[in-house]
Amino acid sequence: MRKPSKWLWAAALSGYAFLYLPLAIVIVYSFNDSRLNAEWVGFTFDWYKKLFENDEMLAAAGNSLIIAVMTSVVSTVLGTMAGLALHRQRLRVLSVLVLTPIAIPEILMGVSLLIFFVLLNFTLGLVSVTLAHIAFCIGFVAIVVRSRLAGMDESLTEAARDCGATPAQAFRHVTLPLIMPGVFAGALMAFTLSIDDFVITFFTAGASTSTLPLQIYSMIKIAVTPEVNAVSTLLMLLTLAMIVAASRLSPEILEPSKETSS
Amino acid sequence: MAQQAGDRKSRWLVSGPPLLYLIFFFALPTLIMVLASFRSPGEFGGLTPLVGEDGVLDLNLESYARFFAESVYAEIFLKSVVIALVTTLICLLLAYPLALVIARSAKRRRDLLLLLVILPFWSNFLIRVYAWMIILGPQAALARGVNWLLALAGAEPVSLLFSPFAVLVCLVYVHLPFMVLPLYANLEKHDQALLDAAQDLGANGWQRFWRVTFPLSLPGVYAGAALVFIPALGIFAIPDILGGPNDSLIGNLIKQQFLETRDWPFGSVLSIVLTVAALGLAGLAAWVGRAGGGSGEAARRA
Repeated sequence: MRKPSKWLWAAALSGYAFLYLPLAIVIVYSFNDSRLNAEWVGFTFDWYKKLFENDEMLAAAGNSLIIAVMTSVVSTVLGTMAGLALHRQRLRVLSVLVLTPIAIPEILMGVSLLIFFVLLNFTLGLVSVTLAHIAFCIGFVAIVVRSRLAGMDESLTEAARDCGATPAQAFRHVTLPLIMPGVFAGALMAFTLSIDDFVITFFTAGASTSTLPLQIYSMIKIAVTPEVNAVSTLLMLLTLAMIVAASRLSPEILEPSKETSS
Repeated sequence: MAQQAGDRKSRWLVSGPPLLYLIFFFALPTLIMVLASFRSPGEFGGLTPLVGEDGVLDLNLESYARFFAESVYAEIFLKSVVIALVTTLICLLLAYPLALVIARSAKRRRDLLLLLVILPFWSNFLIRVYAWMIILGPQAALARGVNWLLALAGAEPVSLLFSPFAVLVCLVYVHLPFMVLPLYANLEKHDQALLDAAQDLGANGWQRFWRVTFPLSLPGVYAGAALVFIPALGIFAIPDILGGPNDSLIGNLIKQQFLETRDWPFGSVLSIVLTVAALGLAGLAAWVGRAGGGSGEAARRA
């Protein structure tokens, strides 16, 4: 194995610094005893306390959780089905429908769903946001499940069928337990994608419903405050926990590029 | 026979629900948007009725004509393409050393190094934009340092925040992982024996990189370029938050049409132009990449 040179390591380390410094600054200033995010004054938990006294923020967090849980449940079921179908049947229509929402600019999905809901006289709010989130999460779950299936020995399912199991029984007792880590990883991924989504939520939430990202957006449009740092830090911790858990269950989610470059 | 019919039924039971969901909540809305681009805006937002009072189907090309007639839209569109391209290029420059180091480090360390690139991508998008508001803010160390230097040189102080510079830095920051991943996936597969052979033939480090590693990595470069370029072209939140009033990109224009001006047909036209441009240029990159991949194959065989 060829060892990277000192210069290469130096360049890579500055790359890592570039990736992490901004996030570190957000976290550090969330404990800073100053309204200005400019220099370190002293340590405080005040911004976190303020956060839990902020009713708008709590309502937004509640909405985000409801949407993320619903999205995660429904898109995991539909995404697992899509993953199975993509693996076993060569349905071109399905693969186009599953993969395009991931490939096109997000704003396109946001505005087309806005037109769609308004033309149907569908009230914009929690339900419309959830329906939109499910639509873009199905693809991510399907990809994780499909790559799990690709690494699985299909002869196990065939053996079950040969022993007289119905397709449903073979799925329930053989395939499903084997792909379960992938299904769980997909569910965690969908939860994370949903709770973090800004663009599609922005267009489909309407005026009266807020989520955490929408709340953060409206706060930073007005001013930079350490309260935003505090909520950002908590959200980062949640996402980090989810993704680390998901990657333990199914390492393939860390290599989405394999999908696109192969 | 009975089993085959059962298989067919169970097949539809599996593929049917996700298929129906995506037709209803993705394909149909997209089609409606395409149709909306040929219609006229309603008086209070929305659309005029599809069939006018005279019973004639009301479809026209007015919104398309408007896009091509008023140069301001073409200018913003071109500016967006240029900024997305510059973003892609800077991402490539920053991502290459990262991907190379990960691909060439010991196997047990690779997963951790890769995870470290991916984690920031999984933190909330707005938080990553907000971080740059803090870093580039007028009271932060960076702006004070820059303005101190400018003052020494006798120049007027500048604002780092709310500038095209802020937009570009953040675009690069947000999209960097998209470039590292496909590059790494490609570099990891390279046969080290090629580099050894090049070295035996007297090639120095630079020559080995430019004549062997880089040409072989082109498919990864093109894949990464597409993954960065497509989302970078449609972004509206970054110019919205970090840019000044003159830094609007096509994404901002689209947002404006739907939420402020409420001109759906024109907003739809802009969205369609954006999608066609993004997928068209990415498709071109993929096509070039395949050609490049072919020559890479040739190099491997040679």
